[in-house]
Amino acid sequence: MSLAPDHAPTMARKGLAERLEPWAPVLLVPVMVLLGYLAIPATSSWLTLTVSGLAMGMMIFIMASGMTLVFGLMDVINFGHGAFVSIGAFVGVSVLIWLGGMAGAPSLVLNLLAMGAAAIAAMVVTGGVGWAFEKVIVKPVYGAHLKQILVTMGGLIVIEQLIVVIWGPEEIFIRRPETLQGGLTFAGAAIEKYRLLAVGVGLVLFLAMRFVLRRTKIGLIVRAGVENGEMVEALGYRLRLVFVGVFIAGSALAGLGGVMWGLYQEIITAHMGQEVMILIFIVVIIGGLGSVEGCFIGALLVGLLQNYIAFLEPKVALISNIGLMVAILMWRPMGMIPVVKAK
Amino acid sequence: MSDPILRLEGVQTDIAQYHILQGVDLEVPRGKVTMLLGRNGVGKTTTLRTIMGHWRAKAGRITFDGADITARPTPAIARSGIGFVPENMGIFGDLTVEENMVLAAVSGRIDPARRDWIFEAFPPLRTFWKGPAGTLSGGQKQMLSIARAMIEERRLYLIDEPTKGLAPAIVTTMARALRELKEAGASILLVEQNFAVARALGDLVAVMDDGRVIWSGEMAELAGDAGLQERLMGLSMEGGH
Repeated sequence: MSLAPDHAPTMARKGLAERLEPWAPVLLVPVMVLLGYLAIPATSSWLTLTVSGLAMGMMIFIMASGMTLVFGLMDVINFGHGAFVSIGAFVGVSVLIWLGGMAGAPSLVLNLLAMGAAAIAAMVVTGGVGWAFEKVIVKPVYGAHLKQILVTMGGLIVIEQLIVVIWGPEEIFIRRPETLQGGLTFAGAAIEKYRLLAVGVGLVLFLAMRFVLRRTKIGLIVRAGVENGEMVEALGYRLRLVFVGVFIAGSALAGLGGVMWGLYQEIITAHMGQEVMILIFIVVIIGGLGSVEGCFIGALLVGLLQNYIAFLEPKVALISNIGLMVAILMWRPMGMIPVVKAK
Repeated sequence: MSDPILRLEGVQTDIAQYHILQGVDLEVPRGKVTMLLGRNGVGKTTTLRTIMGHWRAKAGRITFDGADITARPTPAIARSGIGFVPENMGIFGDLTVEENMVLAAVSGRIDPARRDWIFEAFPPLRTFWKGPAGTLSGGQKQMLSIARAMIEERRLYLIDEPTKGLAPAIVTTMARALRELKEAGASILLVEQNFAVARALGDLVAVMDDGRVIWSGEMAELAGDAGLQERLMGLSMEGGH
């Protein structure tokens, strides 16, 4: 007996506008770059600012990507995420100071090895702290948003004070590794080498994260869990374990972002994570809670806009990202690439 | 008669301040289709969700194939061999149809013969295999939801209102697929509001009211007694096809 239904499925071709609609957020980045080109009189300044904006965006993305997944998977609002940025920066810089010989040598290979060691140390320590943070602070307040805000803020303060106890209350000024100082000249524009490195690292991490999320079983589970965690459990997967894994990975990425951000600013303080949290929140919100792609686009927009506006109208730079958030939320109230939740 | 594959004894479940299940006693025999019937709001969906561990039973005992699963976490219950089709379908709209099915295949691979069987039962799934599940129609989503439970052999299927809100042609497709599953010897606990579908598929029936099973027996007995239907569910078979 054939089980074919009486009705036949049909596929209707969508119109051009409908087909382009999902790509609209992606197009915002080139549109922003084009607007910058039109608004900034000198091409060399525009190029410098664009690379600087992309580098800043990539670093914010690295710090924010874990937080968006943590929220998407378990509805956990982690105000303590900035603590991992600070810890990562201090651990990474300590390793760089310890490897002063390698970091100060006029050899790109030795400098990158020192940077790699600093990044790995920062990620291992922040991953471990993230595991403990989830177990002690986050786990007891699943499902209670107000309590999450209060206890994770408390956790942030405690960790900041621990940093002060261990490394002292003063800010630490740092020098980038020898061959990553200074810049290159391209088409009349001065482009800092470190910013190019940050763009490269951010891009590689984004592509790696996309590969894991799109092409592996664990990525499938994470994406499905962000959308409907209950159903993922009903299919036999232990979502809590996945969540802990994502929390640890997100903390480690925040730690890596912290090292890179510290070297970008060339100064680190115990409060640096708290300060950068504003940008992280903006990126996570405009990207769409739980969306890695949205987070990536949002971070690039924030980085580019901040650099362009700081050049064109420095006084407006402070509120430019808030303006961007308002504009995007008026266009798409759930963020640029919302993850539809079915709970 | 062999031991039932699923047994609920005095199961009570609260949701917030509401006492929803007030002592459910139910047996689901092996290789049979047991229909769970009753008016809206009597606790049918809560019963299935309590079996799956989504809501915890505050009293009573749930035994699956001889093992007590009352306090087990949902993933462990699912992995013990229960396929669940929830009332809201639980489709992952951001994933493709194929990815939904891959995720449902806990072994990590889809058996081609099983997939072909599903394609034959639900042809739209073949058509939209590589497309995002979120763009499927309501009926197609329901097909995917059931197909996901069928992608691997389960020891028990819990299916919550598979024909709810669907066009008659799609209801027919669903009923055919479920009949195929039944003929393959599956054990099924099926919540259904459409009495015509329930009568066509069910071997046994349990009727719920006010958070309890108030009657259970052979489907033939209920289907043949209009007075009993009227008394238990306010139903009249005159309206059934």
